[in-house]
Amino acid sequence: MAVRPFRKNNINATGDKMANKKQYWRDNIRLLWILLGLWTFVSFFVSIIFADGLNEVRIGGFRLGFWFAQQGAIYFYVVLIFVYIWLMDKLDARYEVDEESLHRRHEEN
Amino acid sequence: MSLQTWTYLTVGLTFLLYMVIAIRSRATSTSEFYIAGAHVHPLANGLATAADWMSAASFISMAGIVAFMGRDGAVYLMGWTGGYVLLALMIAPYLRDFGKFTVPDFIGDRYYSQTARLVAVVCALFVSFTYVAGQMRGVGVVFSRFLEVDINTGVVIGMGIVFFYAVLGGMKGITYTQVAQYCVLIFAFMVPAIFISLLLTGNPIPQLGFGSEMKESFGGGYLLDRLDGLNEELGFAAYTDGVRSTLDVLCITAALMMGTAGLPHVIIRFFTVPSVRAARKSAGYALLFIAILYTTAPAVAAFARMNLLNTVSNAAYIDMPEWFRTWEATNLIVFEDKNGDGRIQYVADAAVNELTVDRDIMVLANPEIAGLPNWVVALVAAGGLAAALSTAAGLLLVISTAISHDLLKRNLMPGISEKQELRCARIAIFFAILVAGYFGINPPGFVAQVVAFAFGLAASSFFPVIVLGIFSVRMNREGAIAGMITGITFTALYILYFRFYNPAADNADNWWFGISPEGIGAVGMLFNFAVALLVSRYTPAPPLEVQSMVEDIRVPGSNRPD
Repeated sequence: MAVRPFRKNNINATGDKMANKKQYWRDNIRLLWILLGLWTFVSFFVSIIFADGLNEVRIGGFRLGFWFAQQGAIYFYVVLIFVYIWLMDKLDARYEVDEESLHRRHEEN
Repeated sequence: MSLQTWTYLTVGLTFLLYMVIAIRSRATSTSEFYIAGAHVHPLANGLATAADWMSAASFISMAGIVAFMGRDGAVYLMGWTGGYVLLALMIAPYLRDFGKFTVPDFIGDRYYSQTARLVAVVCALFVSFTYVAGQMRGVGVVFSRFLEVDINTGVVIGMGIVFFYAVLGGMKGITYTQVAQYCVLIFAFMVPAIFISLLLTGNPIPQLGFGSEMKESFGGGYLLDRLDGLNEELGFAAYTDGVRSTLDVLCITAALMMGTAGLPHVIIRFFTVPSVRAARKSAGYALLFIAILYTTAPAVAAFARMNLLNTVSNAAYIDMPEWFRTWEATNLIVFEDKNGDGRIQYVADAAVNELTVDRDIMVLANPEIAGLPNWVVALVAAGGLAAALSTAAGLLLVISTAISHDLLKRNLMPGISEKQELRCARIAIFFAILVAGYFGINPPGFVAQVVAFAFGLAASSFFPVIVLGIFSVRMNREGAIAGMITGITFTALYILYFRFYNPAADNADNWWFGISPEGIGAVGMLFNFAVALLVSRYTPAPPLEVQSMVEDIRVPGSNRPD
């Protein structure tokens, strides 16, 4: 294949490959800590531990602690997974391990 | 048309649909039989995963349980959805990149050990068999109630249908029938929920309806306030208050979440998509489709509770509507007129209470209680069957792969050809259906309890080992085996002691820190993590090729299966 211009995250350059893999993983882990932290907060704190306190607050016919335990937490999980998918797509693209880059490299080799 | 005719019509049509799909998606290779050739679109896999996951328990029992537990019922709602976040973020993408067929495949290869593989096979078989027996029973109950055939005949018909598409198409056939089954079951769950929501509150969206005011004809006022009031009047706890200890609720929720993320029949669904990105996306779709039912269920629960209390509380027995008698005939509603006044006293105090209502009937009876048309009731029967059959098929596939692939191909008879392996897989699924059917007809008394505990056992055995296998390069064979054995032994002994050996002591005063047997899996899981990390520090690191395998599955595309 032709000579490719140097790019910051060009993981095809063998020397950078390991370092890039490590950096990708570190970024991935940081993302997981943040998202799982939010997950823990909403699941265990908002919906269980603080539920009695939040029940003093009302939205329409719902008491808030009850609403989080039986509705809110579930909506939050759905949003959380789609945010994760979106952020990981961006991360993959930055490190050129998204499907398009992988496919291109596969063809080139 | 009569209810009977409607039921035969809807059930017959849905079964015909499943058959047509089965004939169109026959499997010709082990890859197609085990993982549908890894060609399933993420959206289709999301639908299939949702049907795979939502069993007879989700469809039939859950809303009923929530109706009787009030806010504490959230342990099931959150536990069985929150686990998908763990699955999507910590397990599915990496196991997809690993790119094999089964969970024992991963554990055996990652921990370079046939012992670990065997332990995983035994756990997978145990969890799947207990689960599948419950599904077959669900099939029998629906048949006997709505088609008025014998429970055993119902089980045999169900076995026949599953046999047809599971043996023919393996994962490929199961996947596309599950897509159809999701559509049937969600439609069947939503239609009555919307009807009842409109009836009681005038709001067509059940998720909003149960937070709305009731119609004037039902006395007005916020539905949940009315329910709190009625519950307290009869001596029950307020519907929106928690009763169980906070620590116990935390533990049960956590155990159900980690158990969900560790269940083999759910994990293998993510082997069927073409890429890591597709695995992430289909986990998102799956949770979205599951959430539609799981956010409706608590609304159905509140409506059902309201309807039940309105109908029976202090009403004259002779005035009871027809559905009351039909369910009485199945012994799922029992009335005993203790004070002989001919009226139904339904209260919290067991000495005065005269009515026992089985929680499982709430969803099935709800449309009848609300007086909905016959076709809606018939739809619920078809939906219950779709939920039970789709889950049963997924579980049977895990059982068959555990035997033909993990046990025979990867362990006892590595030399067999693909053709022989495929034949073994079909034979294994055939026998698995027979065993499942046997347990459906002769249910051991402890099935219902064991199914609930399957989550605790999965949480305390599989979950930590899979997560550590991905996130710790240093985790080794010794650590994993020691962790699994500690976690599952502790959890199983705690459950056996309180549920079977000394049931008299099974109450909060005797439990460890007030943690019930349902929640102890969370503690077992912590033990598993601790022991695994400790033992692995003092034993040799895993071989280099295993370490580089772990590095590889962390980055998409490093292992390309094709």
